[in-house]
Amino acid sequence: MNLTLKIWRQQDATSKGKLETYKVTDIDGDMSFLEMMDVLNEQLIVEGHEPVEFDHDCREGICGSCSLQINGEPHGPDRLVTTCQLHMRKFKDGDTITIEPFRAKAFPVIKDLVIDRTSFDRIQHAGGYISVNTSGNTIDANAIPIEKEKADDSFYAATCIGCGACVAACKNASAMLFTSAKVSQFALLPQGQVEATDRVLAMVNQMDKEGFGNCTNTGACEIECPKGISLENIARMNREYLKASLKG
Amino acid sequence: MGGLIKSSIARKVAMALSGLFLVFFLLQHFTINFTSIISADVFNELSHFMGTNFVVQFLLQPVLIFGVVFHFIMGFILEIRNRNARDVSYARYDGGANSSWMSRNMIITGLVVLAFLGLHFYDFWVPEIVHKYIEFAPEDATRYYGELVEKFESPIRTGLYVISFVFLGLHLWHGFASSFQSVGFNNKYSVAATKFAKAFAIVIPLGFVVIALVHYFNH
Ligand code: HEM
Ligand code: SF4
Ligand code: FES
Repeated sequence: MNLTLKIWRQQDATSKGKLETYKVTDIDGDMSFLEMMDVLNEQLIVEGHEPVEFDHDCREGICGSCSLQINGEPHGPDRLVTTCQLHMRKFKDGDTITIEPFRAKAFPVIKDLVIDRTSFDRIQHAGGYISVNTSGNTIDANAIPIEKEKADDSFYAATCIGCGACVAACKNASAMLFTSAKVSQFALLPQGQVEATDRVLAMVNQMDKEGFGNCTNTGACEIECPKGISLENIARMNREYLKASLKG
Repeated sequence: MGGLIKSSIARKVAMALSGLFLVFFLLQHFTINFTSIISADVFNELSHFMGTNFVVQFLLQPVLIFGVVFHFIMGFILEIRNRNARDVSYARYDGGANSSWMSRNMIITGLVVLAFLGLHFYDFWVPEIVHKYIEFAPEDATRYYGELVEKFESPIRTGLYVISFVFLGLHLWHGFASSFQSVGFNNKYSVAATKFAKAFAIVIPLGFVVIALVHYFNH
């Protein structure tokens, strides 16, 4: 298929960017979106132009680095997939595709489609860990019986790959889904209880400091999340936060 | 107010609690208004009670005014903060692909309700206050029904009233169910609770519309 691409080009963090139009031809429906971007970049290099910068690493939907806003939706029109797992057969011959970086004040653009997501790292650093001593006499985690339902919910929360699509989709650029997944995976397990109070306070505090918006419960994040992280996690984080605030 | 409540979650919970309080008030207001299309006497009696009872006038009324003012000021604060959280807008943003119009436009539906509240205060509250606390006019326990009916003579006012309640319905369609999530209520009962909230968002505003139209067509 032949496509028209409108891609955000921006020289560096401080310069003003704009959408540039490119054409690609003979795109196969079985290609992934990033392979299509590779085709474009090879073409640009041959023509002597600077290729389009975009983030990617695993290209199998597990690292969370690929982050493109495609036709107004993070990771494009398909559901439960990352950009690298999005197939070109989701588009039609002759389509115009708009490709932008994920937009949030807390995700500044570095170059073209590459954004700085270290704000997520700082939220993690604020409390996304347990301080059990794992050197030496480590107790087998399975020695502690945990209800199946809780173990499952914790596992699902832990599947968040930190891609930032939730922020990108949200009209408020809120990071509640990401933060709530990271809080929930610990809040649901006995191993997470020791730091439970400090964790949720510190992580929410960091989230606010980074300049993410508030949640309006539009649910856009859950729909666009490539891992299907549930809104239940946000409700759980709100409960954990209220509990922690009352404890002081 | 933004400084008083510092964290995003605390602000959100405050928003939900003030919203839920207003929902509760709306139900009470509806119940009394509804009697006006059944019996003028009952309506007069209830209105007289609400208008002269000390607890209602000097305890509940100030709480209600605080609740409304708190809710819309917090709504503005959240809206401004949320806009600032995305400094560069998307060239293309497909909100409809993942969320409802109501959920994305709470500030618009809220502003229409606020404009309506302005009209409502001008129509009913200001005359009440002038009557009772400025002119100290003689009390007549049967004046309320007549005052109400008179307001619905004008097709323009009735029309504005109807439009406002459509917007209130849109506001509550998202807002009522959303407030459960905000206070952390999301469990096996949520499907039922959401259904109840959505039904409420249709039935109660529609009820207000019916009351207005009944009075209008009775002229
Ligand atoms: C006076 C004018 C009003 C304005 C300007 C206003 C504005 C808003 C805004 C902007 C929100 C969304 C806040 C967010 O982003 O989370 C909201 C939520 C809400 N509003 Fe209003 N509103 C008004 C009146 C009302 C009234 C009269 C009611 C009820 C009868 C109401 C009930 C609610 C509820 C239940 C929520 C949901 C809270 C949540 O999501 O947790 N609002 N309002
Ligand atoms: S919650 Fe989903 S959308 Fe958000 S960062 Fe995690 S995986 Fe990505
Ligand atoms: S490149 Fe790793 S998830 Fe897409």
